[in-house]
Amino acid sequence: MSLIEASSGATNQIGRRSILKWGAVAGGGAALVGTGSYLGVLPGVGEANAAQLSPTNADKTVWSSCNVNCGSRCPLRMVVKDGQITRVLQDNTGDDSIGTQQIRACVRGRSIRQRIYNPDRLKTPMRRRPGTLRGEGKWDEITWDEAYEEIAQTLTRLIKDHGNESIYLNYGTGTLGGTITRSWPPAQTPVARLMNTIGGYLNHYGDYSSAQIAGAASHHYGGWIGSNSFDDAKNAKLQIMFGNNPLETRMSGGGETFVTQQTKKLHNVRTIVIDPRYSETAQNIADLWVANRPGTDAALVAGIAHTMITLGLHDQEFLDKYCVGFDEDHMPQGIPAGNSYKSYIMGQGPDGIEKTPEWAAQITGVPAAQIVQLGREIGAASPVAITQGWGPQRHANGENQARAIFTLAALTGSVGVPGGGTGEREGSFGLPMANPFATDNPVETSISVYGWTDAVERGPEMTALADGVRGKDKLGTGIKMIWQYAGNALVNQHGDINRTVKLLQDDTLCEMIVVIDNHMTVSARYADILLPDTTNAEQIDVIQQGSAGSMGYSIVADQVIEPLYNCKTTYEMMTGIAQKLGVEQEFTEGKTQEDWVRQVIDESRENIPELPQFDELREMGVWKVKGESRVALADFRTDPQANPLETPSGKIEIFSEALWNISHTWELPAGDKITALPEHIDTWEGPTEAKTNERFPLQVIGHHYKQRTHSSYGNVKWLADAHPQVVWVNTADASARGIANDDWVEVFNDRGRVQLQARVTARIAPGVLSVPQGAWFKPDAAGIDQGGSVNTLTSWHPSPIAKGNAQHTTLAQLKLA
Amino acid sequence: MTEQLGFLFDQSLCTGCKACSIACTDKHDLPEGVTWRRVAEYTGGTWQKDGDTFIPNVFTYYTSISCNQCVDPICVQVCPTTAMSEGEDGVVTIDQDKCVGCRYCEWACPYSAPQFNAETGHMSKCDMCADYRADGEDPACVAACPSRALDWGPIDELRAEHGDLAGVEPLPDPSITRPNLVIIPHRDAQPTGTGTGDIANPKEL
Repeated sequence: MSLIEASSGATNQIGRRSILKWGAVAGGGAALVGTGSYLGVLPGVGEANAAQLSPTNADKTVWSSCNVNCGSRCPLRMVVKDGQITRVLQDNTGDDSIGTQQIRACVRGRSIRQRIYNPDRLKTPMRRRPGTLRGEGKWDEITWDEAYEEIAQTLTRLIKDHGNESIYLNYGTGTLGGTITRSWPPAQTPVARLMNTIGGYLNHYGDYSSAQIAGAASHHYGGWIGSNSFDDAKNAKLQIMFGNNPLETRMSGGGETFVTQQTKKLHNVRTIVIDPRYSETAQNIADLWVANRPGTDAALVAGIAHTMITLGLHDQEFLDKYCVGFDEDHMPQGIPAGNSYKSYIMGQGPDGIEKTPEWAAQITGVPAAQIVQLGREIGAASPVAITQGWGPQRHANGENQARAIFTLAALTGSVGVPGGGTGEREGSFGLPMANPFATDNPVETSISVYGWTDAVERGPEMTALADGVRGKDKLGTGIKMIWQYAGNALVNQHGDINRTVKLLQDDTLCEMIVVIDNHMTVSARYADILLPDTTNAEQIDVIQQGSAGSMGYSIVADQVIEPLYNCKTTYEMMTGIAQKLGVEQEFTEGKTQEDWVRQVIDESRENIPELPQFDELREMGVWKVKGESRVALADFRTDPQANPLETPSGKIEIFSEALWNISHTWELPAGDKITALPEHIDTWEGPTEAKTNERFPLQVIGHHYKQRTHSSYGNVKWLADAHPQVVWVNTADASARGIANDDWVEVFNDRGRVQLQARVTARIAPGVLSVPQGAWFKPDAAGIDQGGSVNTLTSWHPSPIAKGNAQHTTLAQLKLA
Repeated sequence: MTEQLGFLFDQSLCTGCKACSIACTDKHDLPEGVTWRRVAEYTGGTWQKDGDTFIPNVFTYYTSISCNQCVDPICVQVCPTTAMSEGEDGVVTIDQDKCVGCRYCEWACPYSAPQFNAETGHMSKCDMCADYRADGEDPACVAACPSRALDWGPIDELRAEHGDLAGVEPLPDPSITRPNLVIIPHRDAQPTGTGTGDIANPKEL
């Protein structure tokens, strides 16, 4: 045994009396912004100005909303003076009780003024200057009419030459929750509505957040099930979160941060957080933190299962009645003996390895004694509320990781009961809001969300069996045009940025890229045509709730200010293009954006009679309803015959016959593996390889960071100052490399190099780095990313079943910069 | 004097998100580099290694601090122009007509609460959002906190309900200025002067 001192030593010399003194930033400095209206400025700076802008001086206060992809949606009251937003206030309705809570925006929503009045705002339509490479940043301003004409002509030509499947709507989640402005799912965007009037587009399935857990759930549970809502944990004897971190990923003080904290505060249910990083959720509500190596959750579950089975602590009755594949007596017909989960665990399967806690300890880094203790504790508690975030599944073996955690929920017999859960991510109460704006895509072909770069590079080679193409055995064409609406997956959020950039620079492959956004994002830099969108403060929409435990709500986010610069709403843009294509009437049905919002409310009232009428809701801003705690699969638990799952067996499939078949038919790259059971799989760049890879011995993950929602808000100065981009490194790993807290360091592998400051901390497991995901890629002249994007380091290699992103499976090295 | 006001900070709920800090900046339109409410991360601990495995023994907690409207406001005492004064409710404010921006108060305050605003050439500090309070509203930071970790009120009432703890690491010894602050400590909070950790985010303060 040895102790690794966690003290970073960087700040402890400072005298205690001088608390905060070292942070006494030398006051002054540059003003926040310059002067002049609509030039990317905030309206005024300084105390005198602030006093003048006090609420009593406001012309009006208008309800708006923060609509980024964190899982929450927070109403915001925007104070307006002389046509400018001068201050942002929180929801002031409701109270501090679960179900009626105020939906207090997080630090990001509170910074939205700097997002709206941002120097990076796109101000007028632009075209990439002829003769320059994508990403060079040379632009020519064009008129809206020129933009519409060029897009319409190119669309027409490409569809004629290559078919509608050559037009791709890339993943984008920069504006969510609304109805008319939503950028995801792609099928419900205004761009999809336009494309559907002219024959459709190539769609994708899955998303960068949850592709693998969705793929896993479809085989295990027959579809996306979710778990019990977090407020229901009050009924649990034990709460376990695998890589689930609501206090950072869903920071809303009316959403899951509020619900998890208040549930813990009021009911104090023992909580275990399993995560390589001591997250805010761990520091705040965990009674025990278990720090496993990234990519080892399935091995940890196997070790826990071994203890539970050995001691008879698993719920055999539940497994017999509701599950397929736990033991040899409950297997599908025709499967050879030795393929049950119990056989796998006890070493009676094909690999002959008993998955003892000692076996699991070597893989996970969690001591065997602690794994035994977890098995005893989990086995003794009932019900157990098990959830997982989306970290465990964002790995090269992510589908199996997700299914292993589902399986642990089944071993405890806690599925479908209050205080239990499915092992999926928490669910919440939701309102059945209508969406009359969405239409059907005539094209049925789709690719995995992570497969679009392959479809640009080698589309006609992609098949169902090798690449997960759906709706067709093989793609007929490569992607020739990309629409990127309110998204940064074109470059920043996709794997291996340097390779992606190289691919996009070849405009003989993908011939046209149209980006619709508010800001000059990394993806916007690689557009051919840039269309400047209005922010949500500059248009009206109805916001259809966020994840908030047992509370449902709806927001009319009104137009607060006139559109800035020469920006237009996406609805206006698509109308303009539709006009050029001769399909304006099909696209608009003669309605304005406000007409559509009214229609959403009117039609939603058919399902939710108590929902206020449009004018009343517009006045109220936000309408809340106290709903029920969600208990996932309660009907299945009550009567599995009457309420079967949509799996082939109608039961929970710990052994999936479908995956068994796929494992024998799909074509996989060397090293990839599909298993019918949720086995631990050692993968490329996994924890086992890390032990022997001398060049790149550190596992890199990318936690969600307070500064941003993915990449949204990434260019907001207040947030960059409050939460600077830093790489988390364990004290021991830093010490071995001579690195102290706040030193500039370089993280690198064969795919790329990133420079940023080090956060030397005991809060992350030895051998693991976390580069907070979503920072904006900013290569210097040498190609070194000074922005700190983790995707400079990650790969394109998709996961075996879902063909999803495996961006937490990455090895790299660290050194002083 | 009417009732002395103070802040309540429930450290057990704080996630270090800084919504309080940004709400303050937004409300007061503070220029870059002036942050009246700041959040320190205090962290430490060890990892016990056994072969290829590890057990962490790690702690982390946050402290959100603005001006504590102290009983012994050293900023008032050192101000050479009498620009700093205590109001009826004990809230310390700056008379901008008298302040010459000498920064003596900033130097003296162990919490670095008064801060120089280069835009105005004067010092600036938290007044617990006097205009909001006059309108019957909570200070911006209190109203903003997603975790409900902040509150304010007559200090006697806050202490009666939550005790009188005002010093945990990494805060200065409360006997220096007698802050009107009540802290509900995080489970791992260490008393002032006995800390075993470090401030993880010195540059953010």
